[in-house]
Amino acid sequence: MGIRFVLMVNKQGQTRLAQYYEYLTLEERRALEGEIVRKCLARNENQCSFVEHRNYKIVYRRYASLFFLVGVDDDENELAILEFIHLLVETMDRHFGNVCELDIMFHLEKAHFMLEEMVMNGCIVETSKSNILAPIQLMDKTS
Amino acid sequence: MSSSSSSSSIMDNLFQRTLDDLIKSTRLTFLPEHAFISNAMDEIRKEIKSTDPHTKSTALQKLSYLSSLHGIDMSFASFHVVEVMSSSRFSHKKIGYHSASQSFNDSTPVLLLITNQLRKDLTSSNSFEVNLALQCLANVATLDLARDLTPEIFTLLSSSKVYVKKKAIGVVLRVFEKYPDAVRVCFKRLVENLESLDPPIVVAVVGVFCELASKDPRAYLPLAPEFYRILVDCKNNWVLIKVLKIFAKLAPLEPRLAKRIVEPVCEVMRRTEAKSLMFECVRTVVTSLSDYESAVKLAMDKIRELLVEQDPNLRYLGLQALSAVVGKHLWVVLENKEAVIKSLSDEDPNIKLESLRLVMAMVSDSNVEEICRVLVNYALKSDPEFCNEILGSILETCRKNVYEIIVDFDWYVSLLGEMSRIPNCQKGEEIENQLIDIGLRVRDARLQLVRVGRDLLIDPALLGNVYLHRILCAAAWVVGEYVEFASNPFQLMEALLQPRTNLLPPSIRAVYIHSAFKVLIFYLDNYLLQNGGATSSYSSNLAGGDSELVNGKRRTDATDLSKSESPNSDPDESFNPRNITKSSEDFPANNNVDRIVNDGQTFTPSFLEKNNFTHESIVSLLDLIELVLGPQTANEDVEILERARNVVAFVNFVKVDILDSSVQNVDILEKKNALVSAIIQLMCDAFSAELGLVSISAQGRVAVPDGLVLKENLDDLQSICGDIQLPSSSFGVGGHHVDTTFDDSLSNLVKSEESGPANESTSLLEHRKRHGLYYLPSEKNGAVSDDYPLANDPELNSNINDEAENLARLTDQSLLLKKKPNQMKPRPLVVKLDDGDVAPILVKRSEPRGDSLSGAVRDVLLGNEARPSSSRSNPSDKSSGKAKGKKKLSTDPASEMKEQLGDAEKPDLENQNSRSKHRSHNKERRRRSPGKTVEEGEEHDQKGKKNSHRHGRHKTRQRANSPLNSETPVIPDFLL
Repeated sequence: MGIRFVLMVNKQGQTRLAQYYEYLTLEERRALEGEIVRKCLARNENQCSFVEHRNYKIVYRRYASLFFLVGVDDDENELAILEFIHLLVETMDRHFGNVCELDIMFHLEKAHFMLEEMVMNGCIVETSKSNILAPIQLMDKTS
Repeated sequence: MSSSSSSSSIMDNLFQRTLDDLIKSTRLTFLPEHAFISNAMDEIRKEIKSTDPHTKSTALQKLSYLSSLHGIDMSFASFHVVEVMSSSRFSHKKIGYHSASQSFNDSTPVLLLITNQLRKDLTSSNSFEVNLALQCLANVATLDLARDLTPEIFTLLSSSKVYVKKKAIGVVLRVFEKYPDAVRVCFKRLVENLESLDPPIVVAVVGVFCELASKDPRAYLPLAPEFYRILVDCKNNWVLIKVLKIFAKLAPLEPRLAKRIVEPVCEVMRRTEAKSLMFECVRTVVTSLSDYESAVKLAMDKIRELLVEQDPNLRYLGLQALSAVVGKHLWVVLENKEAVIKSLSDEDPNIKLESLRLVMAMVSDSNVEEICRVLVNYALKSDPEFCNEILGSILETCRKNVYEIIVDFDWYVSLLGEMSRIPNCQKGEEIENQLIDIGLRVRDARLQLVRVGRDLLIDPALLGNVYLHRILCAAAWVVGEYVEFASNPFQLMEALLQPRTNLLPPSIRAVYIHSAFKVLIFYLDNYLLQNGGATSSYSSNLAGGDSELVNGKRRTDATDLSKSESPNSDPDESFNPRNITKSSEDFPANNNVDRIVNDGQTFTPSFLEKNNFTHESIVSLLDLIELVLGPQTANEDVEILERARNVVAFVNFVKVDILDSSVQNVDILEKKNALVSAIIQLMCDAFSAELGLVSISAQGRVAVPDGLVLKENLDDLQSICGDIQLPSSSFGVGGHHVDTTFDDSLSNLVKSEESGPANESTSLLEHRKRHGLYYLPSEKNGAVSDDYPLANDPELNSNINDEAENLARLTDQSLLLKKKPNQMKPRPLVVKLDDGDVAPILVKRSEPRGDSLSGAVRDVLLGNEARPSSSRSNPSDKSSGKAKGKKKLSTDPASEMKEQLGDAEKPDLENQNSRSKHRSHNKERRRRSPGKTVEEGEEHDQKGKKNSHRHGRHKTRQRANSPLNSETPVIPDFLL
């Protein structure tokens, strides 16, 4: 499993989106999010975006008030994951137009849907923005 | 707000809060979060029971929102999820599927109910519905679901819609993992997709293969040509990264393949603009192609570029790449030494840590001093956390394999002292352990140990630092135990008794007092030795009658003494008083005491000249002790109290005679001195018995025999212990035992040399034994052959041949010991125990993971399908499929045993009888139960990468002559 989880957390440490690709109980999730947020949010922009945590790595990137944190296996390519995060943000930006935290809050399901289009079983399956958005736009039209 | 509680479903619908409303009110509410959520939950619980699908699905939507962001347990609603999933309206269905993906897990009971719903949606003509089902399956598939839905997925794998096909490929990973037999059905179609012209399909399928190959790369070797084609032709960086990952796994297994891909990988590395792809090439080279000089050189150029980048991410990765290569190409790291050392002062703790690891990897016996000096200087300047990281890694590296990289122990001991003085140092425990450990192991380092210990002890400032207390404890013990090396015992005594010692915790103060006692004995002994060479003759004149006097004098311990007539019954009693009472009691029995120069004391004369053990100094010493320890005889801590009392009583006893001697005439003086000196002599002997290492498995070897009656007679104990310490297999932990051959040469020497003190310190010996502290004292060597070897014996030193032989044996044992032939200073002998020096690391056999999965894959790939098995039969044949699945779920112990046996035999089979192994290939695979796959896989994961890597290599070699390669039709393609 390449990607273990994708988290979006705001500056205050509140989770805005959480997608796990391995089963964790609610308590485990809460503990994990707490630890990660504490570790990553304390870092400044002159420090690198990779943090080792337990037996895997966290690759994170900050966009305005929102942190995107991706937990990956040890041999995953960190730079590729950074690009993946950027792709996700760009995709959301194209869909919502100037995406911000509120967009994700009010369209959580859509955000999940985009993630689902991009990642299955922790494995990146789609890297083209238009391919990711096409089904979502179609669904928007039909419903 | 709570108007939705109205009974009518229409009303529900009208007044229900939507998810948007809920989110808005979370932002506006003044209620505390938990109160707000519990209100919302009350609402949801009512709404979700509604019969109106819209109300229900909206409630579910809100619930899954709260669940995913606020950690609300939504398992209570799982049946409602199933209901909503089966709604005919897509917008409801979508909510239902989303909730299922978020909340279901393997133990969710309702999973059994969704099989048909999923099948219906998978076969739907609406590709969005198919998509929902596939996504859900990717998240929640269990063995049952995977097995039952394999035919549908098989169909979808050749769907004409790219969108659906891509998702079907994605879901295959989960299906294979849960139900390996699906491989037989789906694998060929999956492979066909590698040649697809649709980029999304290639992205998906390469991703899936990358994951599959990371679990068991061997099975995918036959696909190398396809991957190679992608590597050469593809322009998509994502795909290339994944393909490189696959090759990184495959290349070590097949040297010819590695040779083939070196050039394309270098080509990609050269031409790519994308840092991520370039870095993946670098990583592939350093992990899997490190035998190819040109590739490594190119990768090094790239790493060097990374190391000087502005972006901390790239610098970090550069360091990581270096640490990947450090094992094989140390020169690369050495070449970039400056950049690495510079990174030690980076702003980012992660980068600092990474460079610290690299620096430690560079350490060898030739540069350890230089590197440690640099690091300790860094530690002084660093923040507390990193400072301790540095100290910790220095300590760990130097200690590795019983200090194998340390040649100059004097230097290392001084370094330990220096590290203790670093203000942020919190490694007290480790330094304490090492100080004592070195004292026990390295005889030549003791002089320096005592010096360093003295320096630490006399500094009153150190006593205020709590983190240093453990180190001071070790220092106090060292100076007491090896006091014969001290240049100025009086100064030591002052240090041990300084007023600020009251800052120490009681247990450590007790050590201080005990060490002071040892110093005192040493001092007195030397004083007597100096004042009359005839000491030994006096002692022999001492008859039994005199010991009455001894007993009488020792009023304070009178009760102890009476108890010791019938040997100690209280194992908790402190060490010290026992010794005193027992040695004084044993005294008459040992009146043929010779003045034995113990190992330690051979060094004494050199210091004797320097010291004036004058009468005045003795008196002032005794006064000092009395002054300081007098108040402690009322201390409330029992350890301190006992020791202080013993010392003070002893001082009182000695003092009378010593003081008298100045006034009395010579005859009386001599007589009195004789008594005192004999006592001191005894004490001295008791303390000079050298403490040895304790084997870690020593305790394990001590078993309480059945029906053991604890007797008071120690003679019985002697015989029992004698038995136990034999390396009998029943008591050994993991079959470790002391190397007896090593000992034999020594034990003879020791036996002849130490027969004297053996008699004397039996009391000490028994005490130690009785307290369960298996010090394995040196005297035992004569009796029990498998004891620990003594440290550098003076006599042994003269016997160079023997020592060389022993050393050679020791070096054989430690694989990594690289000795430079022309060392300036010979490395002192370091005592090692064969067992238990290091806790035995149980070498877990790494079992091939995902056996059933890779077995299946191999079968499909090698066209090896002529199996008389039903499991390959059409999986839509459900009755047999289901029965099989159930059988697999219940792993019966017998078959597992068989499996393990099979595994154990495997290497032999492969080597000696590879042909037959191939034939039995199917059978062997079938013996393994698919149900176990996941557990095995996880276990495998946790075992270090190194292990599996080595294992993998091992296998390749076996593979090279295994017929699997040569007999299969795929082989020609193998080399591309």
